[in-house]
Amino acid sequence: METPDTLAALVPDGALLALPPDNSLPSVALVHALIRRGARGLRLLGVPVSGFASDLLIGAGCVAEVETSAVSLGEAGFAPRFTAALKEGRITVRDATCPAIHTMLQAAEKGVPFLPLRGVLGSDIVAHRPDWKIIDNPFASGGDPILLLPALSPDVAAIHGVMADEAGNIWVGRRRELATLAHAARMVLATVERMVPGDMLEDERLASGVISATYVSAIAVAARGTHPIALLDEYGADAAHVAEYARLARSESGFAEYLARFVLARPAVAA
Amino acid sequence: MNARPEEVLAVALARLILDPAAHPARHIAVGAASPIPAAACWLVRKLGHPVRLSLLHKRVGNPFSEGSRELFDLAGQGRIDLFFLGGGQIDGQANLNLLGTGAWPGGTPTGGVRFPGSFGSAFMYLMTPRTILFREEHSPRVLVPRVDHVSAPGLSPPGTFRRGTAQALVTGRCVFRFDAGAGQFTLASLHPGETLEGVRAATGFTFAVPATIPTTEAPTPAELALLRGPVCDEMLETYPDFCTRVFDRKAAA
Repeated sequence: METPDTLAALVPDGALLALPPDNSLPSVALVHALIRRGARGLRLLGVPVSGFASDLLIGAGCVAEVETSAVSLGEAGFAPRFTAALKEGRITVRDATCPAIHTMLQAAEKGVPFLPLRGVLGSDIVAHRPDWKIIDNPFASGGDPILLLPALSPDVAAIHGVMADEAGNIWVGRRRELATLAHAARMVLATVERMVPGDMLEDERLASGVISATYVSAIAVAARGTHPIALLDEYGADAAHVAEYARLARSESGFAEYLARFVLARPAVAA
Repeated sequence: MNARPEEVLAVALARLILDPAAHPARHIAVGAASPIPAAACWLVRKLGHPVRLSLLHKRVGNPFSEGSRELFDLAGQGRIDLFFLGGGQIDGQANLNLLGTGAWPGGTPTGGVRFPGSFGSAFMYLMTPRTILFREEHSPRVLVPRVDHVSAPGLSPPGTFRRGTAQALVTGRCVFRFDAGAGQFTLASLHPGETLEGVRAATGFTFAVPATIPTTEAPTPAELALLRGPVCDEMLETYPDFCTRVFDRKAAA
């Protein structure tokens, strides 16, 4: 039986690790396990922005680079360990804008080398992305510049579903944008609240919220696996915990205390 | 009834949303951590206007089944009429900096401050017919002559596909209208208690001033009653702290 820690062992150092933002089903349980394993040199991809889970990994020294459209703890303010690591020159940040990240994943999902996206022109982001290109729309009669974005395939996507079934499918409810991430990623590692019998793809009411086992490499049960982040209608955000994190993580020593209390000491959740 | 400053701002935003001279707002999207724009949109709805609201932060009953990607696809097609944006810096040409100050990407070892990041602003600002800029802090560090970095440009050269730009900028002190043709803001109204001199001193960019400057219209008793009643009801789950602070209401345990 897999655990978050056995899943974390499947993530090589230096991997491009995609994480959905807060309230969009990031696997905080797997992030904890990656910190316990001492992962190094990870390149994070915020899909399309980064939140609490990314700040934890950055603070724990697991991260070399962050590609994202924003990093924030939401109501609890700026992400303190991200801000500190950038200030100290310990991470590289590749800024994007939300729909560009979605589009790069959609290109990977389709198996095409690039896709166009409207807008963005005139943003300084474009000038700092040599991997993005502007062409003249070949379907217009000229004078219509448009941005092209390269396909992007994360090495690993770490997501937390509500449930997994015997067929190896996971269920993410209305968060169907995660299916695009799963389709684009080389490996999906999923934690879930619980296992259910049968095959959810046989149930018409559940099927549309399913990420098929085709895309899922390994699954581990981790109850409250997005805590302190909300999980759909299963549980709300633990705002007091996030505020406490934001307070502690202002300093290196406070962050170390947080890790000791909530990450390193936390036993792997038994299935 | 005395209106709280947040209520004055919400009502000022609602009046801009309903501006008959502007592109009609049939579908409005509001991003995360935007309680005052959200209150303005709910007020418009509770006043009886049939506007579709997509509030991105809602955990339960989120309007999309494909997350923010669906929002951006809708906006790409021109099906979002109005969006709200802010920024760590906003300049006189309505350029927005959500990224940071100092060397790219902001807040590096060489100095400056890192803001969270650009989110979808670089896309939404060009794809949406109307954007209302909102930033409560009205100070020279926010309203600057020229942003350090452009997350999203206020103006684009001819030939760049763009549906609209800033309609207005609402701050804690005043309302500015943006004139895209002239490429500058014009003071539209001062909030109660504010003066032209005070706003000039707190604004890093130059702006046009009309011959007479109105005071931002006070909320009517009916608007205040809606804000404190049905609007607050809608916002309680998402913005409990805001509702407690502004409307004196607590969410049920």
